[in-house]
Amino acid sequence: MKIKHKFAFFFLSAIAIGLFAFLYPYGVNSELLDPKGLIALKERDLIWIATLLMLIIVVPVLLLTFVICLRYRASNKDAEYMPAWNHDTMAEIIWWGFPFLIVLFLSILTWKSSHELDPFKPLQSSTKPLRIQVVALQWKWLFIYPEEKIATVNFFQFPEGTPLNFEITADAPMNSFWIPQLGGQIYAMPGMSSKLHLIAQESGEFRGSSANLSGIGFAGMVFTAKATTKDEYDEWLKTAAKSSASFGIDEYKDLAKPSENNPRAIYSLKDENLYHQILMKYMMPKEQDKTNGVAKTIVQVKAAS
Amino acid sequence: MSDLFGRLDIEAFEHGPIETGAGIGIAVSGFIILFLLFYYRGWTYLWKEWLTSVDHKKIGMMYLIVATLMLFKGLVDASMMRLQQAIAVDSQGYLTSHHFQQIFSAHGTTMIFFVAMGVLFAMLNLIVPLQIGARDVAFPFMNSVSFWLFTVGSFLVNLSLVVGKFSDTGWLAYPPLSGIEYNPGVGVDYWIWAVQISGIGSLLSGINFLVTILRMRCPGMTFMRLPLFTWSALNSMILVIFAFPILTVTLALLTLDRYMGMHFFTADYGGNPMMYVNLIWAWGHPEVYILILPAFGVFSEVVATFSHKRLFGYTSMVWALALITFYSFIVWVHHFFTMGASPNVNAFFGMMTMLIAIPTGVKIFNWIFTMFRGRIYFSTAMLWFLGFIAIFTTGGMTGILLSVPPADFQLHNSLFLIAHFHSMVIGGVLFGLCSALAYWFPKFIGFKLNERLGRFAFWCWVVGFFIAFMPLYVLGFMGATRRLDHY
Repeated sequence: MKIKHKFAFFFLSAIAIGLFAFLYPYGVNSELLDPKGLIALKERDLIWIATLLMLIIVVPVLLLTFVICLRYRASNKDAEYMPAWNHDTMAEIIWWGFPFLIVLFLSILTWKSSHELDPFKPLQSSTKPLRIQVVALQWKWLFIYPEEKIATVNFFQFPEGTPLNFEITADAPMNSFWIPQLGGQIYAMPGMSSKLHLIAQESGEFRGSSANLSGIGFAGMVFTAKATTKDEYDEWLKTAAKSSASFGIDEYKDLAKPSENNPRAIYSLKDENLYHQILMKYMMPKEQDKTNGVAKTIVQVKAAS
Repeated sequence: MSDLFGRLDIEAFEHGPIETGAGIGIAVSGFIILFLLFYYRGWTYLWKEWLTSVDHKKIGMMYLIVATLMLFKGLVDASMMRLQQAIAVDSQGYLTSHHFQQIFSAHGTTMIFFVAMGVLFAMLNLIVPLQIGARDVAFPFMNSVSFWLFTVGSFLVNLSLVVGKFSDTGWLAYPPLSGIEYNPGVGVDYWIWAVQISGIGSLLSGINFLVTILRMRCPGMTFMRLPLFTWSALNSMILVIFAFPILTVTLALLTLDRYMGMHFFTADYGGNPMMYVNLIWAWGHPEVYILILPAFGVFSEVVATFSHKRLFGYTSMVWALALITFYSFIVWVHHFFTMGASPNVNAFFGMMTMLIAIPTGVKIFNWIFTMFRGRIYFSTAMLWFLGFIAIFTTGGMTGILLSVPPADFQLHNSLFLIAHFHSMVIGGVLFGLCSALAYWFPKFIGFKLNERLGRFAFWCWVVGFFIAFMPLYVLGFMGATRRLDHY
């Protein structure tokens, strides 16, 4: 193969790989590119805008490398050869300056989008938001509806077009609460209450999972978020409230024991303060003492004083 | 008797067929080596000429050998992980989740601490003293100590195959998962001590090379005449000196939590796991620059040599290195935008991260313009550079994408992230060090490597890389998270 043919071969295969990489995600079921909620939609658009902005630099760099390799290959004796040429102020100003402009542009985008899509910021809407409290357990998700007085495991249902105000904690190692088609994730941490605000524009069942390693049952921590019409949701609430299984702190303690691949469950909630109690577990000394020395000493000192 | 051995009982040796196989493999190959040593009476030679040697070139070679062995181990880990993930669709596959988690923790730990760091210090040892005209490093004995601390760390990781188990908490062992409450076994302790010991070795090496470069340059070699590989080594060692003490302290605090019931990083009694995440990344982010900067230095040498031309924009290159060194300390929060910091904090760290792209981009432009109007010879070393350009620029692009906080909320901890950092570490660090190996091999062995085999190796790596990691970008868009043992 002649060297020019070789180069042509690389060039074409590079273009093929590039196009394939950009178009393939649309051919498969890719959740990030198929958003069903406002937040996910904006995040997808942001990903596209940022990518295109960066391609303004990346594509010329790749092309330039290719062209220069082809033109100045050692076997091409016609090409200009300037072995001592090693500085050009104008050129350097261009490649310090031009990327700076792109980064400036991206920085403005970052600043604005970070504030606009802050997960802690409530969504503007005329509809009354639905409050859902989420607890990551070993290894399942507990959803508490404090106002509707129900609790569910590994599944929750909500009306479309209604803002969802999540309060998220963990009674387990750190997890990350993520429903890709509705929007970005946030960590679920013991003793901390994170917030996340999402909305679904369409009905459907959306896959959610934990995105942060939390122990042996971690891979099975998937749940379903089901968006339905308001009527269907009200209907579901009624059947859920009739559920004979009631859920208080004792039932919670049973549920919180490590278990894997739990089935979906619906309970009627006995105690609307449950989330608060779970959170406060980490704020005070434990009832039973640990065996290790220093913790014991602290407890003893406290008791003595 | 039981007091003497503590938790070390016969059960600690009981394992599944895979670890047992690996253990037997280690024992058999160890036995063969011992046998050959006795048979050929190689002990004196080995002990005097290599194991106790303080010669920087020999220490460099030994780093290279250990790192290559560990690369093999990391490769086996990676293959086992991928095999499991290929099998475990709607089933458990051939590994338990606990075993799978040990494997990816070991893979990350091995590849970063014992392969990347090992090859890095190998190159520094072999090249830096020669480049600056020094007889050896500033503290030759300390250099040997550093190497042996590194080696002991790597032994500990392998020992966990035979006795006990390894950490199952990922390569950075976030508490509370790595705390005593959720992880009472010996796995995390293996991780702590392997990383702690080799980390102290790295810190000592950092001091050693910084002093060497500052104090032992030959007459007339002023700073702006330093070869760029030495410049990159200098910047990298500054990072080591500032970053590794953070690692040492963080691991010490985690040790106190685990061994003495303290509560630095527990969720209760006022401990704060988020503090650990901050501290470990305050080390972890500079760490990736510690690895990549010397690779940049290598390319600056290689591109100029094989373009038969002087390096374009030397001063610019030096300032770009210095800027990257500085910025790498104020970007660590971009590893956990999803922890819930305020938008001001997230946006600041996102913007700082993007700023790093500017000096990095300048370096790439300078390399390209070094080739411009040159005579380019496509030797193996140069091919590694071209592979680096293709993979590193696309990897850099996805990196900037990840530094936009709301985009990160969707991409964090997904396979997209995995594809990104493998682009940087394989396409950047590993290709850089492979290029260095091809380029400088005659310097430390005395003969040139075979170009044909070198090209073959290069194409295997490039094609393999694209096949192994480009689909992960797509999988990330499909919402696949990392570290899943089944689906």
